[in-house]
Amino acid sequence: MLKIDRRLIVHFDWTLLLIVLLIIGCGITTVLSATHSAARPVSSSVVRQLAWAGVGLLAMLATLSFDYRRLESWAYVIYAGALLLLILVPVLGAVGGGSRRWLALGPASLQPSEFIKLALVVALARWLHRMTGDQSLPIRALIVPLALFLPAGLLILRQPDLGTAMVLGLTVASLVLLAGFRVRYVLIALAVIAPALPFVWSHLKPYQKQRLTTFLDPMADPLGAGYHVIQSEIAIGSGQVWGKGFLHGTQSKLNFLPEQHTDFIFSVFAEEWGFIGAMVMLTLYLALLLRCFMVATRAKDAFGTLLAFGITATIFWQVLINLGMATGSLPVVGITLPFVSYGGSSLLALMIGIGLLMNIGMRRFTF
Amino acid sequence: MIPLAQRETPVALRRRLAVFLIAAVVGLLGLVSRLWILQVIEGEEKRVLSENNRIRLHRVHATRGTVLDRNGQVVVDSRPSFDAVLVPEDASNLAVTVENLAQLLQQSSAETQSILHQAKGRPAFQEVVVKRDVDWNDMVALETHQLDLPGVSLTITPRRSYPLGTTLSQLLGYVSEVSEKELAADPRYRMGDLIGKTGLERGWESALRGVDGGQQIEVDAVGRKLRVLREVEEVPGNTVTLTVDLEVQAAAERALGERDGSIVALDPNSGEILAYVNHPSYDPNVFAHGVSTDEWQRLMKDPHHPLTHRAIQGQYPPGSTFKFIMATAAIEEGLINPFTRIHCGGGVQFGGHYFRCWKKGGHGAVDLHEALVQSCDVFFYQLAQRMQIDTIARYARAFGLGMPTGIALEHEKTGTIPDVAWKKKRFHQPWYAGETLSVAIGQGYVTATPLQMANAIATMATGSRFRPHFVKQVATPDGEVIERVGPERTHQLKVRETTLKLVRDALRDVVQTDRGTGKKARLKTVEVAGKTGTSQVVKLGEVRLKAAQIPWQSRDHAWFVAYAPVDNPEIAVAAIIEHADGGGGAIAAPAVHDVLDAYFRLREARGKANYAQNRSSADRPL
Repeated sequence: MLKIDRRLIVHFDWTLLLIVLLIIGCGITTVLSATHSAARPVSSSVVRQLAWAGVGLLAMLATLSFDYRRLESWAYVIYAGALLLLILVPVLGAVGGGSRRWLALGPASLQPSEFIKLALVVALARWLHRMTGDQSLPIRALIVPLALFLPAGLLILRQPDLGTAMVLGLTVASLVLLAGFRVRYVLIALAVIAPALPFVWSHLKPYQKQRLTTFLDPMADPLGAGYHVIQSEIAIGSGQVWGKGFLHGTQSKLNFLPEQHTDFIFSVFAEEWGFIGAMVMLTLYLALLLRCFMVATRAKDAFGTLLAFGITATIFWQVLINLGMATGSLPVVGITLPFVSYGGSSLLALMIGIGLLMNIGMRRFTF
Repeated sequence: MIPLAQRETPVALRRRLAVFLIAAVVGLLGLVSRLWILQVIEGEEKRVLSENNRIRLHRVHATRGTVLDRNGQVVVDSRPSFDAVLVPEDASNLAVTVENLAQLLQQSSAETQSILHQAKGRPAFQEVVVKRDVDWNDMVALETHQLDLPGVSLTITPRRSYPLGTTLSQLLGYVSEVSEKELAADPRYRMGDLIGKTGLERGWESALRGVDGGQQIEVDAVGRKLRVLREVEEVPGNTVTLTVDLEVQAAAERALGERDGSIVALDPNSGEILAYVNHPSYDPNVFAHGVSTDEWQRLMKDPHHPLTHRAIQGQYPPGSTFKFIMATAAIEEGLINPFTRIHCGGGVQFGGHYFRCWKKGGHGAVDLHEALVQSCDVFFYQLAQRMQIDTIARYARAFGLGMPTGIALEHEKTGTIPDVAWKKKRFHQPWYAGETLSVAIGQGYVTATPLQMANAIATMATGSRFRPHFVKQVATPDGEVIERVGPERTHQLKVRETTLKLVRDALRDVVQTDRGTGKKARLKTVEVAGKTGTSQVVKLGEVRLKAAQIPWQSRDHAWFVAYAPVDNPEIAVAAIIEHADGGGGAIAAPAVHDVLDAYFRLREARGKANYAQNRSSADRPL
């Protein structure tokens, strides 16, 4: 029984929905191409992804049904719930591709690390919106955000999933900076730590380095990772200006690209649609970015602004890191491309996030 | 309805939002420029590369670490070997290529089918190994017929080699292809990789393995290598230095000869193993190539049990060697004093059973010293009547019997030291006093492994028990020492020094006097202490038969345990020769003599100072 004020329907953000649906459309066609074979033109991955998109749309609409400000009192409960799911992963979780990230849930499987991103943003917005003001925040204001981040971050790092842990950390840093934590402190901290790192690293014995890298990422295979980058660059580059055409990518067809329907999906897209296609996708992301910032700027209150910004930051750090990785500009860490990569949990969490953004946007006139 | 804490968005927040927006847009613009470079500027070049999938990944296997003896002699090494490989995509007609290959290499059709099968279930452009370790003739054949074999090439892979054959094979273990289970457990392994399966190769797997490297190579249209695009160099495995001295080892192997048994020599001050012989043995090179079913069946059914790791898995009654432990217990517990004399008339009647001494006429009146020197059984039968089995068990455990020594090898057996609780648990029966008499001469339920006995006599020699170990250090291929293994004391005897001296003096006279049962172990240069033992395999009949009259499998085992020099022990040895032609004094003592003789000759030859230095560090240049 949804009771939605008529005024709210008037303010429904059709533009945002359109942008998101277009990006999802790009994603599903590319998943189709990446998993296409003569024997099975439309793979089960495509069907599942479509189903998840449907579930995501419903979840998005459901998210509109309540005032986002109610989340404030539920923030820590939501965070605790998401964290509990994450704790259950090492206990009950399923192993896939060498790491333990999934919880089986009937026919589907859930990846709690996708939901903790959202829950952490909600919890942080709850904590920060009461502190933020025109003054800079003192150092001690950092303690709670750190305490919220560390358990989730470490659990994800242990899975191991370096990429998601990184996105989580960057999101926390962005939110804290936005809330008014002095940039100077961050710079000083960085200035102290950064020069020390290569020094420490160079003084480690090779076997110690090896231990350290295998600690951070047991799947680390320097050759394998480097190989992926070259293959990805070749795939993207060979698309040239106009692309090889839908279903005509060759790099991807021969299974040269690893994770081609998840982490390296952009390579498949750019190979088939060329520079033009890539620009269309980047334009869509730019539009999404602007729309999200608009919501954040116009939000009724500080909680709304921080919440909207946190969701936006999560999405855009992933976009930047994933595309940077595919184009060989950043080191390879496993991160999916929002709305495009195959993956139900990711899509569902993203749609709920968009729902929250819409919620904030719709209620900017209500009191 | 509406939460109370609602606050207007501060102006500063909006300002910082704008900064973030600009940063994000800049990031997107960076990606646009990167895509421009890749797709527009370098697009042509990348298109060519993509057309033939010209980039291949080639794994370069790390060379497994070398194993050296304590003086730097090579024990295990790796040698380059050639594998014939096939990239099916490069073969214009796969069936024809495989056909030609089969003819050249004389392969059966089953092998051919298996290659074709492998060719299907694998990522594109990945090599299939057609034949491992091809010999010179096959190599020449492959090279000369290259044109008939498109897609076939030779690659060099390091292969494990054990140049010493059966020497130390149980200790070293062997490597073989990873199993499905091992693959699932450790993501660093790939199908077809080699992994240590037993012994040192297994225990020190992570040190020896090294890190595989790889090459990204650009190939031409028929798969020939054009150039290396990117390379990650392999890191060879580390060098493991053993505590074993190959020359002492060789002497011990000669001493045992073709007889079944085991000889273990160790340093009683540290637990470092100096020699480790098991006979019969197997050649690990055979395992490195994969064992055929026939060969396996033959090894399994061999009545001499070549696969049994005697030094730690052979559980033998220790026989009279057990008496030095009995003697220590009796004196320390105050049951007798050094002057207590007991008459041996050749046997003793107890509980309706006649327990005989090995010497038919008896030894007459003997004290503890003489009882040990001449190994009088009756003396120890009498002691047993005054002792609780649990007391004996306590002392036996103090010398490390009845428990694993803790050597870093798999499946070590503990032997048995029976006591009241053990009997109750095992047989649900009380302990009978008569059984204590058998235990007193190391028979009955008592069993021990050769390594345990070596460690027990070493404990007698120094008063301390150490964990036996065989790795001295691990160093990088450049010689940088990563890990040094020092002595690990596992027990300190809580026995009076006077007791130890009494027993040690007797053990010395076992070898150093002509009355002693172990006189055949005597050396010219240094004094030796030891104890003989002859352990019965089948229950004694009424009449003692000569060895030649008994079937081979029922003959007694000959034991000798010793240490030397008496005053400042450097080496402890235990030797067992199964189903020997005579007792410990006649058969095992000469074998131990040869080991000790070799050890002290080598020490002399190398110069005492130099040797002492080697003992503390083996990282001198070869």
